[in-house]
Amino acid sequence: MSPVVGKPVNRVDGPDKVTGAGRYCGEIVLPGLAYGLIVGSSIANGRVLSIDETAARAAGGVYGIMTHQNTPKIANQPHLIPSLAGQPAPGESFFPMQDDVVHYWGQPVALVVADSLEGAAHAAALLDITYEAGVPVATIEDGRSSAAEAQTLFGGLMPARDERGDVQGALAKAEVTVDATYHYAANHHNPLETGVTTAQWDGDRLTLWDSTMGVRASQLTVATLLGIPLSDVRVITHFVGGGFGSKAMVWPHVTLAAMAARHVGRPVRLTLTRPQSFTSNGHREEQEQQIRLGAGRDGRLTAIHHRKLSVTSPFDDWAEPATGVSTQIYGCDNYLGEHHLIHGNTLTPTFTRAPGESLGSFSLETAMDQLAYELGMDPIELRIMNHPPVDNHGNAWSSDGMADCLRRGAELFGWSGRDPTPGVREEGNNLIGTGVAGAGYPVAFMMPVQHARARIFNDGSVVVQTSAQEFGIGVTTSMAQVGADALGVDLDVLRFEAGDTDLPNTTSAVGSMGATMQSSAVHNAGTTLRNELIAHAVNDDKSPLHRLSPSSVRVEGGRMSSTLDPSIGESYADLLTRNRLLDLEALGSWTPPPIDTPHGLLTFGAQFAEVAVDKDLGLVRVRRMTGVFAPGRVLNPKLARSQLLGGMLWGLSQALLEGNQIDRQSGRWALNNLGEYLVPVHADIPDVQVEFVEVEDDVVGPLGVKGVGEVGQVGAAAAIANAVFHATGRRMTELPMTAEVVMNGGSPG
Amino acid sequence: MRPVTFFRAGSIDEAVAAVSGHPDSAFLAGGTTEIDLLRLNVVQPTLLVDVNDLPLTYLEDIDDGGVRIGAMARMSDVARAQRIVERYPGMSQALLLGASEQLRNMASMGGNMCQRTRCAYFRDGQSPCNKREPGSGCAALTGVNRGHAVLGTSDHCIASHPSDVAVALVALDAVIRTIGPDGTRTIPIESFFLPPDDTPSVEHPLAHGELIVAIDVPAVPVARTSRYVKHRDRVSYEFALVSVFSAMRVDDAGNVAELRLALGGVGTVPWRAHRAEEALIGRPATPENFAAAADAEFADARTTPMNAFKVTFAKRAIVRELSEVTS
Repeated sequence: MSPVVGKPVNRVDGPDKVTGAGRYCGEIVLPGLAYGLIVGSSIANGRVLSIDETAARAAGGVYGIMTHQNTPKIANQPHLIPSLAGQPAPGESFFPMQDDVVHYWGQPVALVVADSLEGAAHAAALLDITYEAGVPVATIEDGRSSAAEAQTLFGGLMPARDERGDVQGALAKAEVTVDATYHYAANHHNPLETGVTTAQWDGDRLTLWDSTMGVRASQLTVATLLGIPLSDVRVITHFVGGGFGSKAMVWPHVTLAAMAARHVGRPVRLTLTRPQSFTSNGHREEQEQQIRLGAGRDGRLTAIHHRKLSVTSPFDDWAEPATGVSTQIYGCDNYLGEHHLIHGNTLTPTFTRAPGESLGSFSLETAMDQLAYELGMDPIELRIMNHPPVDNHGNAWSSDGMADCLRRGAELFGWSGRDPTPGVREEGNNLIGTGVAGAGYPVAFMMPVQHARARIFNDGSVVVQTSAQEFGIGVTTSMAQVGADALGVDLDVLRFEAGDTDLPNTTSAVGSMGATMQSSAVHNAGTTLRNELIAHAVNDDKSPLHRLSPSSVRVEGGRMSSTLDPSIGESYADLLTRNRLLDLEALGSWTPPPIDTPHGLLTFGAQFAEVAVDKDLGLVRVRRMTGVFAPGRVLNPKLARSQLLGGMLWGLSQALLEGNQIDRQSGRWALNNLGEYLVPVHADIPDVQVEFVEVEDDVVGPLGVKGVGEVGQVGAAAAIANAVFHATGRRMTELPMTAEVVMNGGSPG
Repeated sequence: MRPVTFFRAGSIDEAVAAVSGHPDSAFLAGGTTEIDLLRLNVVQPTLLVDVNDLPLTYLEDIDDGGVRIGAMARMSDVARAQRIVERYPGMSQALLLGASEQLRNMASMGGNMCQRTRCAYFRDGQSPCNKREPGSGCAALTGVNRGHAVLGTSDHCIASHPSDVAVALVALDAVIRTIGPDGTRTIPIESFFLPPDDTPSVEHPLAHGELIVAIDVPAVPVARTSRYVKHRDRVSYEFALVSVFSAMRVDDAGNVAELRLALGGVGTVPWRAHRAEEALIGRPATPENFAAAADAEFADARTTPMNAFKVTFAKRAIVRELSEVTS
């Protein structure tokens, strides 16, 4: 039997999902289960003056009401650090209901626990809360005068300013320059399943069923906040209805669920309502970006200056690192990236679908398109010319593929012969245009050692385990494939178990690193067990393989055989049974390269789009998209394609539909439901083509997997905006590109 | 959500008696808006009288070529009814472009006439809103109001009316038939939708306990070629930025002989474009005249910086639609 890694295996949990047999964290039923509901503040800045619980308590069925007056004090407030680092990872360096101060609209000010969700909602509405309200500062417009340059981002994890060479000098000398300023609306994640945690105490031991992208991050964060041993906190997550970054960090509601369960002496299920999901687990911040490119007449980039201004919370220096993208896929000796922050009345923004890269690349890739026009060059050739063989530290790429992605995409899309003249292709009421953009997403080795376990029973059946959770990307399927190949067994005798902190540790599946981390640990666990079994066989004088060198033993379908004479051999099951071994297990671990490993580490891609723009009404419809990516080894092309396609569609969404803004009077998000916060529906989805460029990578782990989690969105919106320019002759500098932006806005390019 | 008493009415008389006899009561039809608003604490009846069992799902011919539509006929059924598709294709299109198929399978025609605005300040249950809490003010005037109305607004409310099919019905001069505690009556549809003026909370002339039982759509021969076009950010499942219902007959001399024109997405009520109709009837059907008519319709438009684009957008949409109908 041939290897299953690389095969388009169907999702093993597909039937459970479509039949409803799969239990999500909000579907865990426990004896005596109570229902919690957070009450968010209806002001964005000020203090809670009073909370009258009389009517709420009289409503009946109420087990408890928590406010800042009776909520336990947290033991420690961990600082915000990305969950990929494997440390406590609070969404913000703040925990609510510790005092009466309100920092942002929707901040939890009370938590009602009742015998039904409806009862909790009714009691919550009956709480009479009075406030002293100040004027909120929550938008760039409100806070522009208080903006200051940030020194570091992510709680000091990375510098906010990055400078090489002499940007101003190079810009002054450049033969051609582009200078563009952009405004981007905030985005909300909106997974189908909102955040939900079911908490149960058994004495001092806490079990959480938490809808998370990292069970270990939930465990670390909750244990730290509560000040209890890690061994007393178990987090289980078998199914997650989407995350998109909203579950990458651990937000206050998770710990509040645990506090509430202790408060009422019952297990508690705490669900965020859809409106609360707009105020409880971060967002992509409203931002302004400015990019200045300098180049020679030959097209070679000589200067890149990329500046970002955005709004963060009072607690954290958060900015999705948007300017780094400008020093990744193109080489340039003179570079300056800077982040400026306004501390305002919002919760801390967070990782959202290709954080940093998606909007950073919009600025860079539309500016590159503009540069191509200034130079009269084909935008693909301009990109290939500026794509260097090394990263900006001079390190060779662990694997590249950028130029191949652009070239293959051009071929698939039908780029050659394209007339670059803007605004000349009319079809009925529409203007037609095509656009391209490059894409790159970093491989970031900030995670700790990863573990997995493989165990074989004496009937030949196998269980492979790691703590990572399935949140829709197909890890349950792809890791079974990896385990089967590593151990040399058929896929149908192997079960992959995950989603439980009692299993060997892997880090949160975030930053497009999930598949790399998990597959490396699982592969090593499977390989270690295989080697142990082979060692048993060659040392067993009753084995037909006795005295063979381990290296001359191969395994297929659970049967070990001599590489020289395949008829000599025996099955794992026979070996174990004969030796009265009921089972055998091995732990595998993978130590990632250091974060400063001397390699250029990016997943590359290229995006193409064709649009039809209503010439009178400004409505943009995407007709087709092509994405070509080089993510290293593809574990399961069906799953990888789905993920990349999803990323591309989120790019379309970001380009044309998604955008939220804060009401300046109240400090409240204006849109808080899926009727008004628009994401694409099927009718918006054009013909989408996804293809891979094969690259081998021996740096990023034993299997060479670079990940497809984020790169699908990078560049997609820019390709669409470049197509809109090609169609209309107008440069889009605002997202989303709604009708009025296209009708009135933009600048003639 | 607040506890409510639920009562399923077995007859129209029972339903009317139940609601009119209780001060905090409301009818419940498809519930596709009302249940949301209950959950959001925007409406707070303590008694819900379910009218889904009432024998009001019929469609039948009236007069010479009109159709009477029972108030509980589901939007999806009406959209595909042969006589609607043939006599009022624009109305069928308006229905099919509203909401989603799942919602249309639940939502009733009578309920649609009582559909509430999507204004976020109305729906949040907290902001100043004269429609929800008379006298509290209007946060939308200076708030996020891209989707709000530019026609029929007042200093007290700029909420846009969300319905699609109601736009077709105002163009067709439909009549709302009701049964209430004081008996039956008929209300011409344009009198049914009340502009906000200084009482935005009063959206209809219905008495408490007065139930819509049917909608009469008269015979409108020109409507046999009617059309409804809905422009929106998202291709499907979204309220209109601007929608246009049109039915036009051009005579042999090239003049507009008949015209029914109504707009969605721009008005505080489903907007019959009377001024545009008057400007065009008897005049040559030319793009210049269409543009002049559209200008006339929006002469009194009141805009905000966020929704000002709707005026240009709507004018262009009108000109395009009438030009396409003509060609």
